[in-house]
Amino acid sequence: MLDLALFLILLTVGYFAGRVTEHRHYKSILLREKASLRLPTVTSNMLPEVDQIAKSFLVSGSCVISIDYFKRILAGLRNIMGGRMTAYETLIDRARREAILRMKYEALGSSIIVNMRVETASIFSSTNQNGIGSVEVFAYGTAIKLKKTL
Amino acid sequence: MNESAILLTNIDSVPGKTIVEHFGLVQGTTIRAKHIGTDALASLKNIVGGELKGYTKLLQESRQEATSRMIEQARQLGANAIINIRFATSSVAKGAAELFAYGTAVRVE
Repeated sequence: MLDLALFLILLTVGYFAGRVTEHRHYKSILLREKASLRLPTVTSNMLPEVDQIAKSFLVSGSCVISIDYFKRILAGLRNIMGGRMTAYETLIDRARREAILRMKYEALGSSIIVNMRVETASIFSSTNQNGIGSVEVFAYGTAIKLKKTL
Repeated sequence: MNESAILLTNIDSVPGKTIVEHFGLVQGTTIRAKHIGTDALASLKNIVGGELKGYTKLLQESRQEATSRMIEQARQLGANAIINIRFATSSVAKGAAELFAYGTAVRVE
């Protein structure tokens, strides 16, 4: 009985807190993405004209995000029936975008980021049954500063 | 430490400079275990979801450590830049993560 009550409490807390956190996070991501639109990030290693380049350096950003209790249960149910796991999709999407934003923030003042790579790992999977509790995303690339802006 | 002297890029050149000498592979690695305090906090965070700041910081520091080891190796070889840097992550044991950085040490002018 006590177990059930605890489970329900966790579920409710997870649902509401998770929703609020996610909503807030997405809002901040959208805002910052809009602000950093001027810094193009490409995955190719195509370089601008060599004589224009003033400086180049490695930039990186990382983020570890955890899923909330409610979504974890939801994903567990989904596991039985199969299909798209939207609960995890938003988790990974948030982590990736956050990591890329942090990388861009490190490259402030540069003109372009080339050869951007994104790595995902779930190394700190928590003790729960399903494994994936949190995901780590690491983004890195080479920031290039031009002598005169594009 | 004067790490700023070594140029780091993850493309196969240092833009604006020419490579005059190759020294081959350099690598740096570190294995970190999670801290019990951070872990307790993280399991609380696991209920509400959201960013696990402690882990983000831990991983960042570990990656920094792996990178400085790689830089140290390059410096010993007499290189002044590392190109084509790649990062890899793996979990060697439960609760411990290995962070690995590798690249090619070169001298540029």
